Amino acid sequence: MEILHMIFIAPFLDMVALPDLFFQGLWDGFVGGTLYALLALGFVLIFKASGVFNFSQPILMVLAALALVSFYEMGINPWISVALVLLLMYALAYGVERVILRNLVNQDGNILFMSTIGLTFVIIGAAQWIFGGVPRSMIHAELGFPVGSSEWPMFGGAVYFEHIDISAVVLASSLIAILAVFFSKTKIGRGLRAVADDHQAALSVGISLNQIWVIVWFVAGIVALVGGLFWGARSDVSFALQIIGLKALPVLIIGGFTSVPGAIIGGLIIGLGEKIFEIYWGPMMGGSVEGWFAYVIALVFLLFKPQGLFGEKIIERV
Amino acid sequence: MFYKETGQFKSRYKDELAAFPLFEDKIGIGILGVLTFLVIPLFGLPGLNYEFAMGAIMIPCMIFIIMTLGLNILLGFAGQISLGTGAFSGVGAYAFYKFITIFPDINIIIALVLSGLVSAVVGVIFGLPSLKIKGFYLIVATLAAQFFLTWAFIRVAWLYNYNASGAIEGPNKEMFGIIMIGPQSAGMTRYYFVLVTLIVLTWLASNVIRGRIGRSWMMIRDMDIAAELIGIRPLVAKLSAFAFSSFYIGIAGALMVFFWLGAAEAESFDINHSFLYLFMVIIGGLGSITGSYMGAIFVWVVPVLIKEVGKSVFGFDAFVMENFSTILLGAMIIIILILEPHGLARLWQITKQKLRLWPFPY
Repeated sequence: MEILHMIFIAPFLDMVALPDLFFQGLWDGFVGGTLYALLALGFVLIFKASGVFNFSQPILMVLAALALVSFYEMGINPWISVALVLLLMYALAYGVERVILRNLVNQDGNILFMSTIGLTFVIIGAAQWIFGGVPRSMIHAELGFPVGSSEWPMFGGAVYFEHIDISAVVLASSLIAILAVFFSKTKIGRGLRAVADDHQAALSVGISLNQIWVIVWFVAGIVALVGGLFWGARSDVSFALQIIGLKALPVLIIGGFTSVPGAIIGGLIIGLGEKIFEIYWGPMMGGSVEGWFAYVIALVFLLFKPQGLFGEKIIERV
Repeated sequence: MFYKETGQFKSRYKDELAAFPLFEDKIGIGILGVLTFLVIPLFGLPGLNYEFAMGAIMIPCMIFIIMTLGLNILLGFAGQISLGTGAFSGVGAYAFYKFITIFPDINIIIALVLSGLVSAVVGVIFGLPSLKIKGFYLIVATLAAQFFLTWAFIRVAWLYNYNASGAIEGPNKEMFGIIMIGPQSAGMTRYYFVLVTLIVLTWLASNVIRGRIGRSWMMIRDMDIAAELIGIRPLVAKLSAFAFSSFYIGIAGALMVFFWLGAAEAESFDINHSFLYLFMVIIGGLGSITGSYMGAIFVWVVPVLIKEVGKSVFGFDAFVMENFSTILLGAMIIIILILEPHGLARLWQITKQKLRLWPFPY
């Protein structure tokens, strides 16, 4: 009885007793959720566009954040550093296409996936070598993003809004909107979907596979930069960000692998869910349950609704 | 000239089915046996310090071969991808620790088998989603195992007997009057124990794979729906692959902590180790036992040697060499996938094929 009360009743009583804390948790979760959604979108777009399950998206995020901070520390103007990071991301996209993808055309999805794991290790080693492995703080203030926080009185207490979080939500949501439109409405977007369907057929109607892949990986780089900027501001810029980036995978499972709205809603579910779970159920389990909560939710989804909330039903033929 | 089957007639069906049908193969295995059982434990490896050769190369290599065999059964033979290998090896290690501390008189072999079984049960539980999903979806399911289990290794204090350091440590423990594990055990005893375990497990794996279960795994891998239509039960085949693979991985985890490292914390079972084991399988060759051997040895030994050479010959510091070997590992994966997706095992096969004709290639 005692345990059941602890699990099923006490947390809800806490929520009602201290609504300001509850709302604080919701807001934090919402910010996290938006950023997860953005990263998940990076995965979805690449997967939809080239059939590559890009495992190196999280490490791209680390690389972008690290490079940004390092360029700034070299004494370069912060906005020029952003431009340099974008250039770096473009160069990387070009290199990946040249060295890896071009040689793996028409290969099985598993092979492409494993090659991105290899790429992840190359980036880890190179980034650590060039930029060093020490955690550093993000330069969002220097970039002109508002710092500090405002307090909003609510239910006898107050909810704190970090200004950087507000800019994160605004920027991430607009980037999500832009990408969604870009991929569904423009000519390049149609080309991307054609490539995803069938490499050979796309080639035969005159779509340049190589060009499409560079574009897709560059978009992944931009997503990584925005994600890295804000996750770096929320914690430190270090290789631990990779673990955060990986959480976009359970988001994908919940939302469905190929669905843009699924990625957004999945991101919010994971963001809100893990924060609330951490605050109210975490302490009784020993804390830091945030590390696996998302995956266990995804596991439950896989058991009962494998295609996710918005995914296409998988039909297989022999 | 030296390696050919001409003139070697088989008069019984049993000979046809032998694991090493060629006389030359038997000689090769014999030489390997003499090397591993006599020469290496007595003299070590040429050019290397004896302690270093045993502790940093031979013992870890053999343990990683068991690990790679386990993952290869799942990934190469049954086609189910897993990124939870590190965590499953941790289950084996913690289970072994609990068994030898709860029952101090337990025989080490029994404890090892039991901890493999515990790991198998955990593997089956996390393998359950594989009945509905495959490919990338399964990656997430096994990642769930990875993150949940490593969290449990830190937070569930019962697993490490509430000690302050949070690490599991091998106490001195003897079997048949010889100290097997713990700080007082001799490197050579541990070497022989791991070697015998490796041989037994390889023999078991090669026979299971050639048998009914193994063939049902391969059918599931090649096309699961077709396999189901001709009467393979996917439930049994997939879950038995998970169980078998986790059994091997669990034993390898227990060996890793108690016969090699001596003590370990949750970091020894983190996701980077899962990647390392995956690399061993890919580089060695999916679906090949010889490949598991080559992959594990290659992925483990090359970075160790590079670090040593870089330190002693060129004088680079450890940080540079660490990063260099990480880059090299990643690059090697990409190169292998592009040039030879079947890994080192395929290269070995090609070499053998060429040897048959050498030196007259026509």
